[in-house]
Amino acid sequence: MSLDPAAIDHLARLARLALDPADRARLGADLGRTVAMMDALQQIDVDGVEPLAQPHPLPAGLRPDAVTETDASEALLALSGASHGGYYLVPRVIE
Amino acid sequence: MRPLGRLDTVAGALAALRQGEVGASALAERALARAAEHAALNALVTSSPERAFAAASAAAGSTGALAGIPFVHKDLFCTAGLRTTCASKILDGFVPPYDATVAERLDRAGAVLVGKANMDEFAMGSSNENSAFGPARNPWDVARVPGGSSGGSAALVAAGVVPFATGSDTGGSVRQPAALCGITGLKPTYGRVSRHGMIAYASSLDQAGVLAHTAEDCAHVLAAIAGADPRDATCSARPVDDYVGALGAGVAGLRIGVVAQFFGDGIDPAVAASAREALAALEAAGAVLVDVSLPTLPLSIPAYYVLAPAEASSNLARYDGVRYGHRAEPVADLAELYARSRAEGFGTEVKRRILAGTYVLSAGYYDAYYRRAQRVRRLIADDFARAFESVDLLAGPTTPGTAFRLGEKTDDPLAMYAADVNTVAVNLAGLPAVSLPAPHVGGLPTGLQLIGPAFGEARLLATGHALQQRTDWHAVLPGGGA
Amino acid sequence: MSGGWQAVIGLECHVQLMTRSKMFSGASTAYGAEPNTQACGVDVALPGTLPVPNGEAVRMAVRFGLAVGARVREVSVFARKNYFYPDLPKGYQISQYEEPIVEGGTVRVRGEDGRAFDVPLVRAHLEEDAGKSVHDAFHGSTGIDLNRAGTPLLEVVTEPALHSAADAAAYMKALHQLVVWLGICDGNLQEGSFRCDANVSVRRGADAPLGTRAEIKNVNSFRFVEKAIEYEIERQIRELEAGRAIVQETRLYDETRHQTRSMRGKESAHDYRYFPDPDLPPLVLPDGLLDAERAALPELPEARRARYESALGLSAYDAEQLTLARGIADCFEAVLAHLPGQAKLAANWVLGELAAALNAAGLAHGEGPVSPAALAGLLRRIVDGTLSGKLAKDVFAAMWAGEGDADAVIAARGLGQISDDGALIAAIDAVLAANPKQSEQFRAGDEKVFTWLVGQVMKATRGKANPARLNELLRARLSP
Repeated sequence: MSLDPAAIDHLARLARLALDPADRARLGADLGRTVAMMDALQQIDVDGVEPLAQPHPLPAGLRPDAVTETDASEALLALSGASHGGYYLVPRVIE
Repeated sequence: MRPLGRLDTVAGALAALRQGEVGASALAERALARAAEHAALNALVTSSPERAFAAASAAAGSTGALAGIPFVHKDLFCTAGLRTTCASKILDGFVPPYDATVAERLDRAGAVLVGKANMDEFAMGSSNENSAFGPARNPWDVARVPGGSSGGSAALVAAGVVPFATGSDTGGSVRQPAALCGITGLKPTYGRVSRHGMIAYASSLDQAGVLAHTAEDCAHVLAAIAGADPRDATCSARPVDDYVGALGAGVAGLRIGVVAQFFGDGIDPAVAASAREALAALEAAGAVLVDVSLPTLPLSIPAYYVLAPAEASSNLARYDGVRYGHRAEPVADLAELYARSRAEGFGTEVKRRILAGTYVLSAGYYDAYYRRAQRVRRLIADDFARAFESVDLLAGPTTPGTAFRLGEKTDDPLAMYAADVNTVAVNLAGLPAVSLPAPHVGGLPTGLQLIGPAFGEARLLATGHALQQRTDWHAVLPGGGA
Repeated sequence: MSGGWQAVIGLECHVQLMTRSKMFSGASTAYGAEPNTQACGVDVALPGTLPVPNGEAVRMAVRFGLAVGARVREVSVFARKNYFYPDLPKGYQISQYEEPIVEGGTVRVRGEDGRAFDVPLVRAHLEEDAGKSVHDAFHGSTGIDLNRAGTPLLEVVTEPALHSAADAAAYMKALHQLVVWLGICDGNLQEGSFRCDANVSVRRGADAPLGTRAEIKNVNSFRFVEKAIEYEIERQIRELEAGRAIVQETRLYDETRHQTRSMRGKESAHDYRYFPDPDLPPLVLPDGLLDAERAALPELPEARRARYESALGLSAYDAEQLTLARGIADCFEAVLAHLPGQAKLAANWVLGELAAALNAAGLAHGEGPVSPAALAGLLRRIVDGTLSGKLAKDVFAAMWAGEGDADAVIAARGLGQISDDGALIAAIDAVLAANPKQSEQFRAGDEKVFTWLVGQVMKATRGKANPARLNELLRARLSP
């Protein structure tokens, strides 16, 4: 029932989660069981049923094109563990 | 067990304040003192006494509808200048620079925030055991869970620390802990209350809710927080009903559908019997009970555990260590910054749901799981719509059992997910629902869940009020003076 | 093409919509601010913040859809494109996937050789831009500026229907002209307001199945698009002819080496996990928006160009130049409105003297100190003979310098020819009265003295008398 390790590694990479070996085994087994539980969905005929993404048809709440925000960079950058000269910093990215 | 005091409820405390029997500062002091007495519940993760006393002083001259009433926020409502963590290490030390709409409206109504409540990390859980602060406990039996994810909120109200608390309900996170702690929990219609500033778990299911002792109190609080918000595109522009004014509507002739599936396999017969007893009280008050079947309901757990993790896997991608929150150090490169910040910051259940959500959205599985779950979601919503053609409300036990012991289900995620069996369908359909205290079983509280059609909060609360006028299952506090 | 190869090219152009605020937040979109000063809580993805769509961006997308004859959806859906990158704060980009606001349509293009062709579009959808990474300024680190994050974009996707680098560049120009014309994009290539990705593949002949394609990312000049595609076509043919396979990959154009190179660092196997954004209800067009936009749709460049040739009798060249930008065409028409029947003269001046002055000042048509009405006032003095073409240029320069309208400059500088009969007759009569002898000599048949008399009138009018009219009037005055 457990998801195979390669599949777990692929998901962990997509989700940017480092998994230690114990996590990997445990979460792989749990996900395998969860997927088996989800498979109950395959029992019912849903042909022709329109998918429902949100509960109620809500009218589109469009915003007028107005600048309502002022510079909050000082407060926002202060939340970051690494910023310099007004920029957020990350380890060097090579393109 | 001891009786609920006048100052333990919103309505009672408002009357006492109005009549000058007590001041707002004294109420704040009382709440903080009680919080200290109940520290063992581990329900309050941040206490804000200075803020509380400042708000209490301001409340003295306020005409706000909740002026002077102490409360706590579940720790996922952003509060400007006050730590907001979602009970996650990844938001350790995060102090939001802004207020959630719910926080802003309660401030404006004069309510007095005394602190932030424990919860399951990112609202993922049904026991409050998935918290970076450790589990909160049930005031009726501290060896047991308070339910989740709004476990801290429920425990603090149930213990008489504050008259009300905010919560959020994505699959039962207000109603289930309310039931397990013996209080009233309201989950409004999706879109009735703004989600702005309420940290997201699953956006199409999340809805802010209220935990209090009575339906009447829930009406007071909902009136303060409901209504359109230009900062949330999914918040309804529909006018807000007069919930307090409608409380006396009564239940004569009200048709209540008793949903067969809510009494199915896996429901503790004693808990089912409690729900039936509460329904009998409503029947005695003039309501008409009708048997109803919602055939797609058994698929609500699998549908929910596809859709909610899918949305969560995307909603939680922003926690990457760059702009706020936990940042792993030192790291060799960007990939390590991401993978380690997230691995160190998120707890096991959050990782589980992120992986599950990533799985159901990934290439090759989207149609079989995600899209199929959306179709089943439609069928479930249609089941409800059909039922509401012939009844006014639907009913059943809120939970399959009473509060379980700490650690009882932590090794078995599927057993934990099953705790939501009677609550998740309501979120899938976006409907309003309330959990009302029903007779105790083995010394532990149980809940009766009532579900209404979209935007039917007024009738739900009036029905709860009618029940609570005739019964006293809600009118007790745990502990001394029994 | 050599060896019977056919290139197959599709373009994805990112058109930055010229709204004041962002696609989903109230932060400013103005270019060039200090880093992160225009990134609000929504843009930096603060926990709890939610997107609310900008109605003006929606209107602009609708306008584009109508202009290209596309199907504009009354209900479209925002979706999340999930991937991790430091310039993408939410870990996903809000875009449109299965149900975009605009589907189909065509863009009419004129090639370098004047040949017209239609490029079919697959779709155009609304999305938000990412932030910017700064790689060189920080030791061992990349700096992230989120000012651009959340800026509204319309991504316009063509069918793989182009077959040469020159046609691709011509399409890019035509699309650029169109979106600027529609007033939905400022068209500023340097600031990145208009950027293109090109999907390029080659195949042996038009009937062969499509080859594996490479995507060239983020080219922001017409010339570089052409060069990059040219290079890429040659590279692919070279690879295939050497028996190697083309790898499906993302490539970057190196502007100094005129080469494309494979992009490392970007994940090769993408799995974007698109799904409908649960924070945003389906985008339903506000009542009446489609009709209002349809009614307000401006005459498009191709239509105007044809009208200038057929109805106004302008040359193909003039018609093309006038319709390069809506500002030029509108300026031309505004001049013409004040000067009916003088299309050629108006065109010459709008494209000549006015364009040169605007250009030198770094301004566009519709800007600058000389309004279309003022220019028409000047041209009227050429038509009525007050000014020669040469004098008119001097007057224009004075008008540009702020010395007033044409007549004021003419009066102040005394530049105008006197063509007014009354003034000329008065001057002539004064000269004749002062020189009765010469008048008599002329009447007696001395033709030479006529030239002397003309000289006297010219002297009296300080050279401003209209010579032709002066001749006529003087002769009439002297005749018995």
